[in-house]
Amino acid sequence: MHRRVVFESRLLPYLLLVPQLAIVIVFFFWPAWQAVFQSFIRQDPFGLRTEFIWFENFAYVLSNPFYLSSVRTTLIFSATVMALAMGSGLLLAVMADSDIRGSGLYKILLMWPYAMAPAVAAALWLFMFHPTVGTFGRALNAAGIRWDFMLNGGQALLLIAMASAWKRVGYNFIFFLAGLQSIPKEVTEAASVDGAGAFQRFRKIIFPLLSPTTFFLLVVNLIWAFFETFGVVHALTKGGPGKATETLIYKVYVDGVVNLDLGGSSAQSVILMLGVVALTAVQFRYIERRVHYQ
Amino acid sequence: MSSPAVVQRSLTTLPSRVRRRPVSWIPHLVLALGVVVFASPVYMALIGSTHDPSTIARGDMPLSPGQMMVSNYRQAWAVGEGMRVKTAPVRTMMMNSFIMAVVIASGKISISMLSAFAVAFFRFPLRMFFFWMIFITLMLPVEVRIIPTYAVVTNLGMINTFWGLTVPLLASATGTLIFRTFFLTIPDELVEAAKLDGAGPMRFFWSILMPMSITAMAALFVILFVYGWNQYLWPLLITTSSGMETIVIGITKMIGTGEAQTDWHLIMATTILALIPPVTVVVVMQRWFVKGLVGTDK
Repeated sequence: MHRRVVFESRLLPYLLLVPQLAIVIVFFFWPAWQAVFQSFIRQDPFGLRTEFIWFENFAYVLSNPFYLSSVRTTLIFSATVMALAMGSGLLLAVMADSDIRGSGLYKILLMWPYAMAPAVAAALWLFMFHPTVGTFGRALNAAGIRWDFMLNGGQALLLIAMASAWKRVGYNFIFFLAGLQSIPKEVTEAASVDGAGAFQRFRKIIFPLLSPTTFFLLVVNLIWAFFETFGVVHALTKGGPGKATETLIYKVYVDGVVNLDLGGSSAQSVILMLGVVALTAVQFRYIERRVHYQ
Repeated sequence: MSSPAVVQRSLTTLPSRVRRRPVSWIPHLVLALGVVVFASPVYMALIGSTHDPSTIARGDMPLSPGQMMVSNYRQAWAVGEGMRVKTAPVRTMMMNSFIMAVVIASGKISISMLSAFAVAFFRFPLRMFFFWMIFITLMLPVEVRIIPTYAVVTNLGMINTFWGLTVPLLASATGTLIFRTFFLTIPDELVEAAKLDGAGPMRFFWSILMPMSITAMAALFVILFVYGWNQYLWPLLITTSSGMETIVIGITKMIGTGEAQTDWHLIMATTILALIPPVTVVVVMQRWFVKGLVGTDK
């Protein structure tokens, strides 16, 4: 899409683009290129000798059992977060979309967690579920469930998933609600005149019409669960106990910043980048198709 | 992804016989439950921030507020240090977070508006190439290129400065996309009229385009303010002196390894203070925020 009427100037458009392009080149393309470059080389610890080693870093990363278990952890974690956040977001949105009193108030009271930093969410959940200090953690132990996420890896993973999902429900709620509100009321009303019950209306009409929103949320939530939950992991478990909550992005950080394994960390970064590119491509293909048929 | 077009709901209503829900208390129940689940972690933190540390450490914190609210918050705000935790006072960290959020939000808005103006209102060689160059950065979240970006910032001597904290995050493909889409809806007649009146491109930008973009800017500001305030991995790497720390980083530093015997009263007071600004912005500017988020973050 282009404008018909434009301004004429030789230099001005380039000047206008300079700030954006400068930042993009210096802080996006150059580092991304560096990551790709470093993933193909090996450096001695003092940076004196550099050796080009093709895919050795990748081979090392992909055959490393710690990396593979981190992939597994990340997938379990992301799936849990997405199921919890999207499921409750959809449920709440459907409820808030029905014409009831005070729906405006409910909306505000349900969307504010969007504004919360993941690490702040982690602090709140730590305080609730701390095994000896937290009200809920103590209650669990008093009820005979041995709750200590500092020792039990499964419990630690569950806790970071709960805290992340809790923070993310508001986002899903907002999008599902907007999606629901864009469905013409006539359609659902016609169905109820035809005798469809509430559940049937939802399954046969509303949910299919929501599918663009749902698909969009699947992709964004997946990217969010992969990357933006770093703060939750770092504040709550630091990847532990052991490596039970070491997600992929946390591993990039630990290997690169703490263990100073630049080659391995860069190779992991490149793999993650490829993942994001693939996901974004899928998303855009899908949009194109949708726009085409509209 | 463009959101499904918002279809105006029909004003004509069906007879109440059809519209009436047989079980109208179910939505209230579910929504109220949701509100409680969302609010309870904050409530617990609020309670924790009003008790003295030994009550919390003993593990018998009641579910009602204690007496220590004023002194706890005063200590967190002005001193920051307790018996075990040691950070900068909350007011310092809050100020850092605030500067970071405002600079990121306004910087992203100005930079992306200028580039969108160039792409939408001019014809010039390599126009679409530049547009795609900006666009493709959507696929490079800071988290995946964190270490080389950190190296660049170190080489530029921007560690522990507000420059290092903000400038690398200023590029915004989302902003450029939003403004470009919006600019393309501006009628050609308006541009023609401005040209007839002898207005140059920058005059047009300041006097016509800016006032027309206020709503888009407000919507974007809310989203970007929250984004800036909540940054984590980047400030964690860039700030090494405690005077530069943002409040979100400060909280994690205070938590440390999360032992039972720590200054929970201070940590919780800091947590409550940390979530007030972004939550306030979202709640107060709710209308713009939802519009901006749903219409654009795709």
